[in-house]
Amino acid sequence: MERRKFFKYVGWLGSLGGIFGTSVFMLVRFLFPRVLYEPPTRFKAGPRGNFPPDPSGNVRVYENFKGSERVWIVHGDDPTTGKHGIYAFFAQCTHLGCTPRWLENEAKFKCPCHGSGFYPYGVNFEGPAPRPLEKVGISESEGQIVIDKAQRFRWEKGQWAKSDCLIETSRPAV
Amino acid sequence: MPFWDDLKDSVTRSQVWKSMFRHDYRDTPRNRSLQILNNVFLHLHPVRVARHATKVRFTWCMGGITFLMFLVCTITGVLLMFYYRPAVEYAYNDIKSLQFDVPFGMLMRNMHRWGAHGMVIAIWLHMLRVFMTGSYKKPREFNWAVGTILLLITLFLSFTGYLLPWDQLAFWAVTVGTTMAKAHPGIGAEGPVTPQFITASNDVRFALLGGTIVGPTALIRFYVLHCIFVPLIASVLMALHFWRVRKDGGISGPM
Repeated sequence: MERRKFFKYVGWLGSLGGIFGTSVFMLVRFLFPRVLYEPPTRFKAGPRGNFPPDPSGNVRVYENFKGSERVWIVHGDDPTTGKHGIYAFFAQCTHLGCTPRWLENEAKFKCPCHGSGFYPYGVNFEGPAPRPLEKVGISESEGQIVIDKAQRFRWEKGQWAKSDCLIETSRPAV
Repeated sequence: MPFWDDLKDSVTRSQVWKSMFRHDYRDTPRNRSLQILNNVFLHLHPVRVARHATKVRFTWCMGGITFLMFLVCTITGVLLMFYYRPAVEYAYNDIKSLQFDVPFGMLMRNMHRWGAHGMVIAIWLHMLRVFMTGSYKKPREFNWAVGTILLLITLFLSFTGYLLPWDQLAFWAVTVGTTMAKAHPGIGAEGPVTPQFITASNDVRFALLGGTIVGPTALIRFYVLHCIFVPLIASVLMALHFWRVRKDGGISGPM
C-alpha cells in the first residue's frame, strides 16, 4: 500500500471509528448505573432464643422474615454437612426466581410457578429446580442474629461447609 | 346534482387541495400510478396488485391483520399513556382507575390488551402461511429474515407490556422471564461460556432491569422500551418489510 493511501485509511478509520466507537461505548455504559437505590441486604433478626429447635428433632422453619426480607430462618440438622444449628435461606426458587411456599404438613418448600420442591434443609428433590436453595450469611452480634443477603452460599460449590452460613447449636436430646 | 358537482369542482380546483394532492382521479394507468407513488402512506404499497393477490383464501390477510392490530395498539396505547404513570407508587392504581373510573378507560385498555393478543396470534399465522406457501424462498429470503425479527419484536412488545400493570401476575411473569435472560450464553451471569467478569450486577438481566431486582428501575425501563424504543424499531422494520414485499414480486405471486 502506498504511504499516502495508508495514512488516508488510518485517518478516516481513526477519526470515524473513534467517534462511533465512543458513542457506542457511551450508549452501552449509560445503561449500567453506578449507584443502585435497592433495599439494604443486612438486617437484624433478633436473639437466637426466638428460634428454638424442634423438641422432636425435626428441622424447624421460621417464616417471620419471609414477607419483609424474603428469608427463611431454619433451626435443625443439616444432613449435607452433618452439623446442627441455625441457618437461613434466601426464599428464591433456583429454577426461575419465584418465591416458594413452606408447607408445614408436607415438610417441604414448594414453588408455585413450576412445582419445584425442596427439603427443609434446602436440597431440591422434585420439579425443574436444578440446585438447592441458596443460603445467606448468618452471624451473631451483640446477642442478635444478623443476616446478610449479599453473601450467598451454594451447595453445589461446596460453600455450605463454610462457617459464615451456620450458627452451630447443640442438638437437643430426644 | 349541479350544486354538488360545482362544490366538488371548487374544492378540488382550489390551491389548498392541489397543494396536498398533486394528481386528480382520472382513471388512466399512468395517473393511478402517480397517485400511489406521490402519497407517502401509499407508496410503500405496490402500484398495481395482481388479482390473485387479493385472494383471502391464499394469504389469509394475516400480515395485514397483524399491522391492523399494531395500529390499534398504537392508538389505544397513546391514549392509555395520558393516564398511566410508570412508577411503583402509581402504576397499579392508575390501571385500576383506567378500568373503573375513566370514561371508556376499560374499553381502551381491553382493546389494547386484546389487540396485543391478536397481534401475537396473527403474526404466528402469518408466518405459518408464508412458510406453507413457500413464500420465504428466493428472492424473498431477506424479507423472511426481516419478518422473523419483527416476530421477535412483537413478542418483546408483549413481554415489556406485561410488567406495566405492576400486579402479581406481571411481577412474577417478569421475574421468571428475566431470570431466563440470566442463562443467556455469554452475556447472562449464569449462562454457558460467560466470562468471569460478567456478574449479576452487569449482565444482560441487569441491563434489562436497571438493577439486580425487579423494582422501580425495571418498571421505567420496560415502559420506555414498550412505548417508545421497540415501537420505533418495529415501525422502521415494518416499512422495510412492506416495501420489500413489493420489490420482491408482490404479495403471494408465483415467481
